[in-house]
Formats: sequence, C-alpha cells, structure tokens
Amino acid sequence: MNIRINGENVVLSQGTINLQELVTGKGLVPERVVMEVNLEIIPREKWATVYVREHDQIEIISFVGGG
Amino acid sequence: MEVEDILKIGDVEINNRLFVGTGKYSGNRMMQDVLVAADADVTTVALRRVDSSAPVESILDYIPPKCRVMVNTSGARNADEAIRIARLAKASGAGNWIKVEVVADSKYLLPDNLETLKATETLVKEGFVVFPYMSPDLSVARRLADCGAAAVMPLGSPIGSNRGLRTKELVEILIHEIKAPIIVDAGLGKPSDACICMEMGCAAVLVNTAIAVSGNPVEIARAFRMAVQAGRRAYLSGLPEESIRASASSPLTGFLRDDHKSA
Repeated sequence: MNIRINGENVVLSQGTINLQELVTGKGLVPERVVMEVNLEIIPREKWATVYVREHDQIEIISFVGGG
Repeated sequence: MEVEDILKIGDVEINNRLFVGTGKYSGNRMMQDVLVAADADVTTVALRRVDSSAPVESILDYIPPKCRVMVNTSGARNADEAIRIARLAKASGAGNWIKVEVVADSKYLLPDNLETLKATETLVKEGFVVFPYMSPDLSVARRLADCGAAAVMPLGSPIGSNRGLRTKELVEILIHEIKAPIIVDAGLGKPSDACICMEMGCAAVLVNTAIAVSGNPVEIARAFRMAVQAGRRAYLSGLPEESIRASASSPLTGFLRDDHKSA
C-alpha cells in the first residue's frame, strides 16, 4: 500500500492497518501527537477504527519548542 | 502587603505577567529549568511534523503542570494555515489558547496583519481564546479586539532580534486606545526592555530568545521575572510626570549662607 506520511512516500507492507497501529508502530505516544488524513483531523478516539487506505496523505504532528 | 494584581483572561487568572517561550534551548531539561525559574504561568509551543529520527519524548512532558500552554501557529503563511494549525492544536488536547502568528516574510518575520485578523475572526467564532501576534497598528488592533481577541500582541522588534522595544510610540498608543490586554511579544532582548513595557502599562510580555540564547538562561529568566514585577509595580504606583526643568528635592530655605533671597 502506497501512502504519504508527512510529505514522504511510504510503502506499507501490512494489508490492513489502522491509525492507532500506525502511530504506535512508529514508537510514538498517541497522547502526544495529532493526525490528519487527507486534510481532515481524525480525533484520537477514532484512530482504532480508521484504516489506512491506498494513497492516503497522512500528517502526524507533535509539539516542538517555539516562541 | 502584596498588592493583588491578577491578569484575567476569560476565567483564567494569571499571576505572572512574564510569558516564556520554549524555543532554542539546549534541551528540554534546560527549558524546564527556565520555566521554573521564571515561575511562568503561561508558555507557548509550536506544532511540527513528527521527526521519525528524533527521540520520542514530548516537550509537553517537561512543561510544569501550573504552566498553561498557548500553542502558536508559527509556520503559518496565511489565515487558512493558521486556522488549520489551531484546529490541530485543539485536537491534540492542548486546550483552546492559541497564539495566531502569520508570517509571510522570511527576512524579518514580520506578521501579516490582514491574514492575522482573518484567522482571529474565524478562530474566535470557533471558541478559541486567541492571542494575535501583530505589527502595532491601531486600526488592526481595534479590529482584533472588536472581534474578540483575548489580547493583542504587538511586536517590540523582529522575532529573535533582541533589539528591544523599537515600536514604543505605537505600542503606547495601543495601550491607551485598546481595551484588550496588550502583550508585547518578540524582540525584547534585556530585562530592562521588559521592564519598560510593563512600566508603560502592558498587561504582560512574552520572552523567548533573549532567555534561551543568553549565557545563563536560568539566571536571566529570574532577572526577567524581577524586571516584569518591577515594571508592573511601578506602573500601578503611577509614574511621575517628566519635566524639562529641575525641581529641587531638598527644601529651598534654611541655606547655610546669609543672602538667602530666593532666586
């Protein structure tokens, strides 16, 4: 499955994977990131039921220092 | 007795009028030490794409619990991008305080006031508590306040320049004319700069670079805190008027000489 994560092309080997699995698979703490799929924010409580689809454009965002 | 002096933003009471940014520190631990030393009640963070190669730890875990996070929209080049970032911030659970920062100029990082106004209007309607960072312009400040901005944040000088309050005359006008709190954000380079802002009647100041890149961030954070307190207290005391002529501090009678006719 070919998708884009944070602007980069990614090929996923898994047949099906939901957003929760995608995030935890990257070693990220779900409470500390936000996700957008095709420019739509997906609330954290829905991650386990939203499955990644071919050509999805996914943004995984977190907090950094700033002024 | 301490004078009770609280900045109210909605229902939130803020004791410390020094807001501290979280950028440019040598590490999260240093940033945390600075927030503690400053005794900060309000801080700000930015949102960025996750860096897969970076450590998983989150900057949020280093922010003291008493410190309220105002997510900023840095990186936004127009109103739509700022709105998108604000919605992401809300979805993250970071609350609804948002510093709208729309910058389309990479050399001076000066804000785009018109896009800032557009973003502020939309975000206020969506229930955000909005702190727009802006170039000190009276008309724009009025419109920002009228549409419900929680405060107006004029710049002192370009972000990270440490050049101090170069916009003093204009900020002074905002303080006199705008009912919303005026918070000077950007460019303050020294505690004395922060003190001047507070003496003038600013509600608060936001400082980041001056602390983060100083020789001793923790010590200068304390100095900034004291300067903000000093300036605020002076403002509340009612500063004396300036005059061109001298006015003797000692009595003008009883001189130790014979010809004490008044001049």
